[in-house]
Amino acid sequence: MNKTQNNKAWFLVLPVFLLVAFSAIIPLMTVVNYSVQDIFDQNNAYFVGVEWYREVLQDPRLQDSLLRQFMYSGSVLAIEIPLGIAVALMMPTRGAMASLTLIVLAIPLLIPWNVVGTIWQIFARADIGLLGYVINGMGIDYNYANNAVDAWLTVVLMDVWHWTSLIALLCYSGLRAIPDAYYQAARIDRASNWAIFKYIQLPKLKGVLIIGILLRFMDSFMIYTEPFVLTGGGPGNSTTFLSQTLTKMAIGQFDIGPAAAFSMIYFLIVLLVSWLFFTTISQLDKDKTKEISHES
Amino acid sequence: MSWMAWTLPTAVFFAVIATILVSMTVWEIRSPCIERKGLLPIATTRGDRLFIGLLSSAFFHLYIVGFTTINIWVALVLSIIWLISVMRWG
Repeated sequence: MNKTQNNKAWFLVLPVFLLVAFSAIIPLMTVVNYSVQDIFDQNNAYFVGVEWYREVLQDPRLQDSLLRQFMYSGSVLAIEIPLGIAVALMMPTRGAMASLTLIVLAIPLLIPWNVVGTIWQIFARADIGLLGYVINGMGIDYNYANNAVDAWLTVVLMDVWHWTSLIALLCYSGLRAIPDAYYQAARIDRASNWAIFKYIQLPKLKGVLIIGILLRFMDSFMIYTEPFVLTGGGPGNSTTFLSQTLTKMAIGQFDIGPAAAFSMIYFLIVLLVSWLFFTTISQLDKDKTKEISHES
Repeated sequence: MSWMAWTLPTAVFFAVIATILVSMTVWEIRSPCIERKGLLPIATTRGDRLFIGLLSSAFFHLYIVGFTTINIWVALVLSIIWLISVMRWG
């Protein structure tokens, strides 16, 4: 198909560009400006070069929370993605049960972050919470307010509870989009369930899975509210993630320069990861178009 | 512009970025680029190569500043060479 090329159409993008410039690019430029200065008040700012960058890169507190952040995003993805696929595979495909399952799965997604935090804060308490009380009743010593491992497990479990539905729903829609002909062909070949999953379902789910992984990575990488409400970053610093460290630095201690420098590093990491995902997605699309052009 | 807390180095930095973006646009209009595969493992357009060059330079600068005692100007010169190489052969 030949599309008409008209570069004047780019002018139609101008309003969006202006909006983005106003709401994102200009604030970002301001952050860059802050990151090279020591700012006391509006009239007292001193240029310090890359000093803040050096300081935050060598700050063990920030290195630790960056490491914790990667570990957290990694464990959340490692649990939610396989679990979400498994849930989607087991969901009923038609009838009233299908609608009911969809509604039940959608409920956690509708609850605001701070409410999820509060729910789990009470739910997991050893003295009055249902989960905490039952675990302790079984003879296992569990207290997320004192024990770092317990706090970690609770924070990860909370995220799994909140967001596995998203992956399940995405995969469910992906699975419904697979034409029946593939399954018929598999039946003729007497393919096992595992073979069907490996050679039909999983490759067809690739697209939605990449989007799901990207969404979950970004969200978990920037998480703030839930752990803040649940554990407040404790015990000690064991569940203090990047954004919380950053907020403490910028708003708590009013260290705007180092916080700005660290925001830039944070931004660069997010940019790198998004670019990697974007490239993977567009590379997959290209392969797909190649396949189609080969077939025809 | 005082609310944006400008400094001369950051102003120069953004001016250079803006100039690069404008000249890339002009270049694209004059001679539209064709996607090709060079030394990088994926097929890239001119804009892709610029992005890859700039982002990797940013991380290289962070490494030099945070974990070595090498002067940042050395990092800048090396990054410019790297950016040009990526644009030309990437």
